[in-house]
Amino acid sequence: MLVSTQSLVYIASALLFILSLRGLSTQESARRGNTLGIVGMALALLVTCVALTREGADHPAAMPAAYAILAAAIGVGTLVGAVLAARVAMTSMPELVAVLHSFVGASAVLVGMASYLEPGQPRSVVHEIEVFAGVFIGALTFTGSIIAYFKLRGSLGGKPLLLPGRHLINAAMVAACIYLGVLFTGAEAPAGLTYLLIMTGISAVLGVHLVMAIGGGDMPVVVSLLNSYSGWAAAASGFMLSNDLLIITGALVGSSGAILSYIMCKAMNRSIWNVVFGGFGAAPSGGSKAAKTEPAGKVTEANVEQVAQLLLGARSVIVVPGYGMAVAQAQHPTKTLTEGLEARGIEVRYAIHPVAGRLPGHMNVLLAEASVSYDIVKEMDEINADFEKTDVVLIIGANDIVNPSALTDVDSPIYGMPVLEAWKAARVVMLKRGMAAGYAGVDNAICYNDNTLMLFGDAKKSIQALASRLAADDKAG
Amino acid sequence: MIIGIPREIAQNERRVAATPTLVAKIIKLGAEVIVEAGAGEGAQLLDGAYAETGARIVADAATLWAEADVVLKVRAPMLRADGKHEADLIKEGAHLISFVWPAQNKALLEQLAERKVTLLAMDMMPRITRAQKMDALSAMANVVGYRAVVEAAAQFGRFFPGQITAAGKVKPAQVMIIGAGVAGLAAIAAARSLGAVVRAFDTRPAVREQVQSLGARFLEFRFDESGEGEGGYAKQMSDAYLAAEQTLIAENAKEVDIIVSTAVIPGADAPKLITSGAVVSMRPGSVIIDLAAEQGGNCALTERDKVVERFGVKIVGYTDLASRMANQSSELYATVVYNLLEEIWSADKKAIALDLGDEVHRHVLVLHNGELTWPPPKPRPPSHAPRPEKKPVVVAAAPPPPRSNAAGLAVGVILATLLATAGLFAPADFLAHLTVFLLACVVGWHVVWNVSPALHTPLMSVTNAISGIILVGGVLLLRVGGLGATTMLAGAAILLAMINVAGGFLVTSRMLKMFRRAPGAKEAAPAHGGHK
Repeated sequence: MLVSTQSLVYIASALLFILSLRGLSTQESARRGNTLGIVGMALALLVTCVALTREGADHPAAMPAAYAILAAAIGVGTLVGAVLAARVAMTSMPELVAVLHSFVGASAVLVGMASYLEPGQPRSVVHEIEVFAGVFIGALTFTGSIIAYFKLRGSLGGKPLLLPGRHLINAAMVAACIYLGVLFTGAEAPAGLTYLLIMTGISAVLGVHLVMAIGGGDMPVVVSLLNSYSGWAAAASGFMLSNDLLIITGALVGSSGAILSYIMCKAMNRSIWNVVFGGFGAAPSGGSKAAKTEPAGKVTEANVEQVAQLLLGARSVIVVPGYGMAVAQAQHPTKTLTEGLEARGIEVRYAIHPVAGRLPGHMNVLLAEASVSYDIVKEMDEINADFEKTDVVLIIGANDIVNPSALTDVDSPIYGMPVLEAWKAARVVMLKRGMAAGYAGVDNAICYNDNTLMLFGDAKKSIQALASRLAADDKAG
Repeated sequence: MIIGIPREIAQNERRVAATPTLVAKIIKLGAEVIVEAGAGEGAQLLDGAYAETGARIVADAATLWAEADVVLKVRAPMLRADGKHEADLIKEGAHLISFVWPAQNKALLEQLAERKVTLLAMDMMPRITRAQKMDALSAMANVVGYRAVVEAAAQFGRFFPGQITAAGKVKPAQVMIIGAGVAGLAAIAAARSLGAVVRAFDTRPAVREQVQSLGARFLEFRFDESGEGEGGYAKQMSDAYLAAEQTLIAENAKEVDIIVSTAVIPGADAPKLITSGAVVSMRPGSVIIDLAAEQGGNCALTERDKVVERFGVKIVGYTDLASRMANQSSELYATVVYNLLEEIWSADKKAIALDLGDEVHRHVLVLHNGELTWPPPKPRPPSHAPRPEKKPVVVAAAPPPPRSNAAGLAVGVILATLLATAGLFAPADFLAHLTVFLLACVVGWHVVWNVSPALHTPLMSVTNAISGIILVGGVLLLRVGGLGATTMLAGAAILLAMINVAGGFLVTSRMLKMFRRAPGAKEAAPAHGGHK
């Protein structure tokens, strides 16, 4: 009776999760989707706790300790999670997401170990393979996410670390893991632990190495790829515990992460394998390094006053935000500025490139935080044709995603990547800290166009200056 | 190379293929330019202005045709008043750039082929992003659409804008535009800026947004046939479809004062969309501007090149609307012709150098040294909804690598092998789990595909939270009890997973609270199109 109730609740949870993801696909239903997810999770946790009391009934003496652990873990975990969620700045979302992935990975490793060490369970090769695979994916996800976290925080440089023969190294590590797996399934329960631990270590190193080899520009893909991995890790745990809810949820998360990665890759005109195995830009950027140190032309510098005049004289303005806007925390001043423009009857829209920022949808979140209406936030396909009818394009801390070389220069490492065709507008104003190249390490031809003005300096300060210049104009007029 | 600009000889043709400004640019390319005397007269472009740019004025057409290596023209070559055909005057082996309409002018092609002419047709320009600056049809359609409204306003005995005056209230004119191609859109814009209330009809649902963006109402038309033809043009539809269109138009005709009809199908007679009955039902004093008059007209009562009054409705069948604004349309035409010339011009050789591998060159080339190269290979299908004004964004980049079916097949074979192996050796409950797993993958795949890009981050943080479900595994393992390795490990797993669950859900709801629409925004217009 109780067992079937448990299964029913699990099915309900799984359905709620599916509906949750479905809800997350449009703005209108997104909040409901999140709520459904919470309900599903609460149900699953509750019914599992009930199941625990039942299973523990035959050795009641040992259970209080287990309950204490449960209560402590859930209490502390919830508290830490809530604090993290409440404190995180929206600009740091990529880091938070990455670090959360690492928790799932670590969790999968621990569950795998615990399951292996659980006394009194019948052993089978299938179960051991499941444990082994779960721990492997978990460890990989764990360290990979940690590295991604540090890269996103900037503690580690964005440059890919490219060891010679790294594909061979990776292959060797995977082979070693498989070999250890064979030994592991052959060994008796406690003895096999050594193999499992060694494999965990190797897999952890593999995770570090894989993500180290990926350039910072590819981080949106890596983050969603790790999202996918964390799902597969959960699914593997489901296999070893014979728990369909874990399997379903893991598979949902896994495939959703895979789709996001695919979408990101398409947006950058890259193959998924290229990203998975890292090392993007190695060959081409090596070749063009000489070229990139020599700027290809002269840039026209402008000051705040000139840009303000330009904006005041425009009828339509498109704002192209990039990672630089996130770094400078310039989303709020940007909103103030564009509000000022709109109040003058100037049409303002935002153009978001699919891979702008360091996380899928990064720019949308920041603009939402600044209360920019999502009606005027357009995606690339929607707005690309409108640039030529636009008077001024304001590029805030974006670089590669507006680089015309992606369409014209066959030798460019980003050739073939669809970009926002900002240069077609009558005037382009580019806010930049300096003449550094973008994350892909490619010089941007748009800077040298005759219709491009460069406004150097911290994006937040520049935009605040522009906004107050507009406000001053209001008072004067 | 000598580039010649003859005077157009067609009746009512007042345009010219190059203006003095563009002649100056052509000379800069390194060519010599000769202009027939009086070539630009119809467009108020005087010989003196051409001479100033450095072009040589040639007194008669025969000399010009005999000298020019490249002839730039508006209309296809035709029979002259003196009995000679322009195609016979052209120098052997010369280039000719003009409107050609090869499908309708087969005899002309043969005539030009005998002269070993290389013929480039402005009307064959592919509708791709790169070629937009050379798109003569769109440039002309823009003029025609504008002019159509101006003609309508001139024929219409009332105001376009609504007004409330001391002398009484005037209702705004109701205008219906049929066909929202470039001409139709230009007509919408012109009618709107004169203050009329505009509705528009087109068989291609994809143009709705463009119609609405210009402030017109898009007439809904439901029928299970899409009007989207090859290369972004409309295509011909079935009889039942035509009848349904006629009905919709007739219903609206009762309510409108002005109809501007622009529906043409390349290489076919124009569809008769406005029936006599519809004309009868219109208010006396109404005006129909039939831009399809040259192709037989969209209205059953249209007479080519005439204004006729039928049942009190004025029906305008002018075919020379572009020529009625000859200065403007010459400037635009000259610019696109120059852009094509520049595209095919070799700066080194100071001559035309065609590259048959180039999509644009290949597409406009009708005769190559007298050899027929028309029709060109099929154009690539539009990458998304065709936009007559903003053409389909086909990025002029390397073609995408072919999808490797082989790799997909290999993956499939490996999966099938693995499944078979599992089926043979694994226990039954493993297979049950595998089934669930695979099905869940498929469900996940389908559920997530349509996610709006703006929601990628929230989606990711929710999946993050959900993957914290692994804590269920930890909880189950606590069944061992006590404080052994298993429970400690399980406890740690629960703790980590719980951070994920709480953190993921809370941060998602925090983010979603921020997503909002401006207070004034109406209608649930989703701010996304999804990835198509």
